[in-house]
Amino acid sequence: MNLLEYFARHHGEILQATLEHVELVGIAMLLAVAVGVPLGILVARRPWLSKPILGGANIAETIPSLALFGFLLPVPWLGDRAERIAIAALALYALLPIIRNTAAGITGVDRAVRDAARGMGMTERQILLQVELPLSFSTMLAGIRVATVLTVGIATIAAAVGAGGLGEFIFRGLAMVNNQLILAGAIPAALLALIADFLLGVCERRLQPARS
Amino acid sequence: MSADTERTAGRSSLPDSQPVIEFRHAGYRLPDGRALLRDLNLVVQRGETLVLLGRSGAGKSTALKLINRMLEPSDGEVMVEGRSTLEGNPIELRRRIGYVIQEVGLFPHFTVEQNISLVPRLEHWPEERIRARVSELLQLVGLSEAEFLHRYPHQLSGGQRQRVGVARALAADPPILLMDEPFGALDPLTRAEVQAEFQDLQRRLQKTIVIVTHHVAEALLLGNHIGVIDAGALVGLYTPKDFMSATEPVTAAYIANVRMLEKMEGPA
Repeated sequence: MNLLEYFARHHGEILQATLEHVELVGIAMLLAVAVGVPLGILVARRPWLSKPILGGANIAETIPSLALFGFLLPVPWLGDRAERIAIAALALYALLPIIRNTAAGITGVDRAVRDAARGMGMTERQILLQVELPLSFSTMLAGIRVATVLTVGIATIAAAVGAGGLGEFIFRGLAMVNNQLILAGAIPAALLALIADFLLGVCERRLQPARS
Repeated sequence: MSADTERTAGRSSLPDSQPVIEFRHAGYRLPDGRALLRDLNLVVQRGETLVLLGRSGAGKSTALKLINRMLEPSDGEVMVEGRSTLEGNPIELRRRIGYVIQEVGLFPHFTVEQNISLVPRLEHWPEERIRARVSELLQLVGLSEAEFLHRYPHQLSGGQRQRVGVARALAADPPILLMDEPFGALDPLTRAEVQAEFQDLQRRLQKTIVIVTHHVAEALLLGNHIGVIDAGALVGLYTPKDFMSATEPVTAAYIANVRMLEKMEGPA
């Protein structure tokens, strides 16, 4: 049985797993953005917080993913459902690039622009919302892009704790020493990563602020 | 210099006119205790242009930033229109003071129109009034509305950017204008052009202006008074006429510099 035939016969299952995969990554990324962007702003505003916050996110990044899924198992509420564990772990992985790029985007805004904004009588809030964030969008998006590609890959491991997704095929394939099964998970996962990378790359270029 | 004497005469007929800006023993120290500015006493009257002249790091920009409370005095006080800058809301204070800096600081993601209308929009002016004001200002600084209204800063030359910066600072018609090396980033010819235009603006608008520069020629051209600042202290205050005969060493060094240039140009 060749690979194409396998895909044709199991397309329903593969599609189902792909959707699960997208859901895991999607929810994890929303969470990571919701937490990471404010933290990034905080790091840019209070440089003394950069060590603890970036350090913490860095540590999360260095924990092997399989171990991180394991660590989260005994956590109350989270540990009750495999998807929750998976989403929490993925969001933790996605955090570092998002925080770092948000902070870099904001601190990278031309000092003269900030000074002019302040001198003109803009409030800190107006400076953030009307000047700093718009000028940081493309840098922030670059971080989100890196994080998304990263989590699409790591999400395959979520199947180890029973969270579903394309990793199911890979783990089953490994257990049964069946390359077609492994590829049935690996190929769609790779395509997902490429598509996400491409789409976010397009947005990033669109948002590129005009530089003088 | 006749314009200068005229204006001085005009002012003396109003002896009770209140200074618009007044430094009273104002000083500024960094958190580590290093003083950037010490015991500054200066008065700027309405409609007057004061130029603060000095080398980089002398403390002149620090003095400027005390006026719009970008910095707060560590000693003494700075009065703007009779009130200490520390009284009241810094945002309100800054909206009544136009601010132009060397790098201009136009918002790169805003068009010329959006940049100029920034303060009026912050002040919630009605849309028609903003539109009318923007076209008035573009005309004032000599930029064609049709051509420039929707351009972004990176599509402008240095001189055009500077003009937009001045228009932006004047947008809400503030009585006071602060300019920090406003023409410093321009090539000499553009600089001379923009300076001449600005002189014309100055005459028409009668704003109270404080300009920081390290160019003597600019100081002599634009100032009614020239304050020489060195190492954080005011070392002399002159009218352009007195300036050339000053004996104070820092000022004398500037004069020598001017004389040298004059000699190179040869007798006119």
